[in-house]
Amino acid sequence: MKVYKKILVGAAFSPNLKVNIIQACRFANYFNAKLYIVHIGSQDSLKSKRIHDIVNETGFVGEKEIVFKEGKPIDVLSHICEKHKIELLILGAQQRENVFRYYLGTVAKKLTRKVKCSVLLLRNQSKVEFAKKHIVINGLASASSQRTISTAFYVGSALSSKKITVVEEVEKHHLKVDDDRSLRKVTIHHERKKHQEDLRIKKMINKIPAELQTGVEVKLQSIFGRSGYSIGHYARVVRADLLVMDIPAKKRMLKKLMMDDLDFILAELPTDLLIIK
Amino acid sequence: MSSKTSNTFTSTLPQNMFSGFVVSLIALPLGLGLAMASEAPPISGVIAAIVGGIVASIFGGSKVTITGPGNGLVVVLLTAITTLADGDLQLGYMYTLAAIVFAGATMILLGFLRLGILSDFFPSTAIQGMLAAIGVGIFAKQIHVMFGNTNQKGGIVELLKELPWTLYDFVTTNDHNFFYAGIVGLISLCIMVFHAKIRNKYFQLIPAPMWIVVFAVGMSYFYQFVLKQDHPIDEAWLIRIPEDIFSSLAFPDFGIIYQFKFIAVVISITLIASIESLLSIKAVDQLDPLKRRSNANKDLKALGFATIISGLLGGLNVVTVIARSSVNVNNKATNKSANFFHAIFLLAFLLLFQTQLQMIPVSALAAILVYTGYKLAAPSNLLAVSHVGKDQLIVFIITLLTTILTSLILGILVGIVTTFLLHLIINKDVFLFFRNIFKQNVLMFKEGETSYYVSVKNFSSFVNFYRLKNQLNLIPETENVVVDFSRCRFVDNTVMENMNTYLEKFEAKNGSLEVVGLDLHGSETSHPFASRRISHKPKQSKSLSLTRRQTNLESIANDFGWKYIPYKEESLALISDFTYFNTRQIQATKNFLINQNDTVFDVIFTEGAFIALQQIRATMFYIKVEHKIPEFTLDKEGVFEFVKQYTEFSDIDIPGHPDFSKRFYLSGSDESGVLSFFTDDIILFLESNDYYHIESNKKGLLLFKKERLASVKEVKAMIDFGLRFEKLIKDKYARA
Repeated sequence: MKVYKKILVGAAFSPNLKVNIIQACRFANYFNAKLYIVHIGSQDSLKSKRIHDIVNETGFVGEKEIVFKEGKPIDVLSHICEKHKIELLILGAQQRENVFRYYLGTVAKKLTRKVKCSVLLLRNQSKVEFAKKHIVINGLASASSQRTISTAFYVGSALSSKKITVVEEVEKHHLKVDDDRSLRKVTIHHERKKHQEDLRIKKMINKIPAELQTGVEVKLQSIFGRSGYSIGHYARVVRADLLVMDIPAKKRMLKKLMMDDLDFILAELPTDLLIIK
Repeated sequence: MSSKTSNTFTSTLPQNMFSGFVVSLIALPLGLGLAMASEAPPISGVIAAIVGGIVASIFGGSKVTITGPGNGLVVVLLTAITTLADGDLQLGYMYTLAAIVFAGATMILLGFLRLGILSDFFPSTAIQGMLAAIGVGIFAKQIHVMFGNTNQKGGIVELLKELPWTLYDFVTTNDHNFFYAGIVGLISLCIMVFHAKIRNKYFQLIPAPMWIVVFAVGMSYFYQFVLKQDHPIDEAWLIRIPEDIFSSLAFPDFGIIYQFKFIAVVISITLIASIESLLSIKAVDQLDPLKRRSNANKDLKALGFATIISGLLGGLNVVTVIARSSVNVNNKATNKSANFFHAIFLLAFLLLFQTQLQMIPVSALAAILVYTGYKLAAPSNLLAVSHVGKDQLIVFIITLLTTILTSLILGILVGIVTTFLLHLIINKDVFLFFRNIFKQNVLMFKEGETSYYVSVKNFSSFVNFYRLKNQLNLIPETENVVVDFSRCRFVDNTVMENMNTYLEKFEAKNGSLEVVGLDLHGSETSHPFASRRISHKPKQSKSLSLTRRQTNLESIANDFGWKYIPYKEESLALISDFTYFNTRQIQATKNFLINQNDTVFDVIFTEGAFIALQQIRATMFYIKVEHKIPEFTLDKEGVFEFVKQYTEFSDIDIPGHPDFSKRFYLSGSDESGVLSFFTDDIILFLESNDYYHIESNKKGLLLFKKERLASVKEVKAMIDFGLRFEKLIKDKYARA
């Protein structure tokens, strides 16, 4: 399980500055973590004061550190992440003209891939606090799924979420559906697979400390086909507040060239997104 | 188990045999005619039907289809036979046989690669345009033959231009052969046209094409025995069948297989044969009274194998044919043996009635084809397409003209490209398509144990329909499915048409499939298959045509004796003072089902602040209560989505009902009032029925199940639940 005791947020002096910092303070509060506020540029007492003012305004009393450094944003931020052993990086999405769509800047996308710590991508930039009532976890079988699920429960507990849905994949049968007979076979296979998946997830949930599970409604939901692609769609349909997933390793050369699950989700950013690394 | 299967097999054998017999009556004249129309020896069509019937019934995957020579291939084969050997028909035929063998092998390959799915990538209108072009092609050539002019050559356009001359010749000719052949042709055409209109049981027993054969053969005997004259039509105008069928088979010539024109012919034959077969299989599955799913890929392999054998024996290629298959179904065929028997009967006819078959004038068979061609290209098809939308009319006409003026392959390609370009133009959004074309756009999951939910996003058109189809195919037709297009900005007519097919499939097997979320989409016409899209400014106007869901809601309203109103200018104000809507902004209400105190409606509302705005649609039921009832909210325990954030209410436990308190979360401002409201019978009712979220605002009740649009089935269940609940409350106050 990951614990988030060191959180970093980048502060550019844009109209978003205030919202960014307010949100970061909020999350630092949730996790009871130390907050690092990084500004790319030269040290400047005026700027420093502004940041301090905003933080004080939020009533954040936890530990904080303001870092000024010049250089390329990607390099600087990833460097600081490693240097200070940052555990969670918070990035915000930009909003399109259309109210319903958001997108990540290229810098955010590259950072998401580059840094070694977990990344929280916030789609809904808001000064007002929104409860993260419903968390959806990608429970796709991978080497790190136990860690992903445990961490998600930890996050859910910190954010006092009410409901956690673990999404699992009903793997496609090698047999294709051609006629009634193959359909019957495949349907039985799906039922069996779903059962197995449920067992797998339940096993992992059982390993999670009980205090992280209290007051949370846990639901297992299997979706058909490759959940990696569809999980964003699912989160959107059930109107989840936060989607938690890990980064699947890119294996082969050919696959490196193709878009993977994360690319699809980053392109659409269906909800706030926590990528656990 | 196996003995039971064999029992049904034996018990249904007679009816399958009969069905096979009836089909063979059509297949014989059609086989001869189709081959003749392709400039191939008439016998080659019958060979294809015999080989096809035997091989496909043994190896095929579908149950009640009939296989044999197809209409669609006539144009391709005609071009191949007349051009492959630069006009030498005999050599051209032998080269074409080689092409048929290769096409068969390609079809087997397609079957193994599971490319039966390919037919899904053709927009339905483009296919219709292509079929119409094939119809024009058959019609243009055969109308000359029908009027006795067997020597007309040239492309489709030239043939049509020459038509007046043929008619002129027919009227003014001194050649009695010419004239009588034309008369026989015309009478045969009349038989084709009027056969269906004569409602006589015994007359209908024999299909129209067979009546033509009977007429032609009868006429010949009439001259021979009654008038004791020579046949008025010379042998040149009669079909020629070799005296000894088995010794005079033609064999393929593989001499030019490396040439480009040969390869082009192979591709054309494979393409048209596959499309025609796959479309027929799909259509016949609809006709099958047992609604079995056919294995299209297995069929492709079987058809390919049959085509190879047929080609090697000098026959045309084998496809699944829709018209003969539907006759087969109508005659109560139940399994593949009907196809097998149709082939056996054909073989018997060929061996027994060789002399009689030679008495049939070519013009009589041409009449059958003129009729077939006309039906494919009839103006009514054009009209039907134009009802779907102007854009579809454009696609249809462009595909039709390109196919007539150039070739089938180019025609269908142009049809596909035109359809796609029109989608781009109509939506004025190139990005919508190019950004999402390779993305998974279909999400499917099971909601509880009872129903499947399928959500489609971005756009859904012929380009990516296979994704939706792949998911839908995983669902047994006995289940309940809701397909939600509300996240989909554009749905084209190919998808709409296919959804309709699925709907019927599910209905036939007592499952249900419902399409929701399309009533905000505008459509150009009121046709149920018209493409639908969301414009950037969602406008609700009366000009929007009703979706299938809406017409179904309308019929529910009629069933219950309620009133249905699809749109109202003002939204329903009554519901905004329910606590559920304290934090949610109602944008619109629509699809009202109204009866005195009861209103079922769809509501569109937003949740969250402007930046985290989410648009949600749900179906709800509002009941106006005449008595004053306490304010309360009732939820399933553990369902937190509906509980409002800043609640001043607390959970009320009802004494004596621990199970109810455990399962439900009940809250209200006036605890004693709530406790007196929830009497034992109300609690029993709630415990023993489906769960609904129920809210009271003192004056009325609001109930709904899910925060999404309800399917028609769910609406019915909700109305039922609501009415019973309402009655319970009425009774309660009546007693008090």
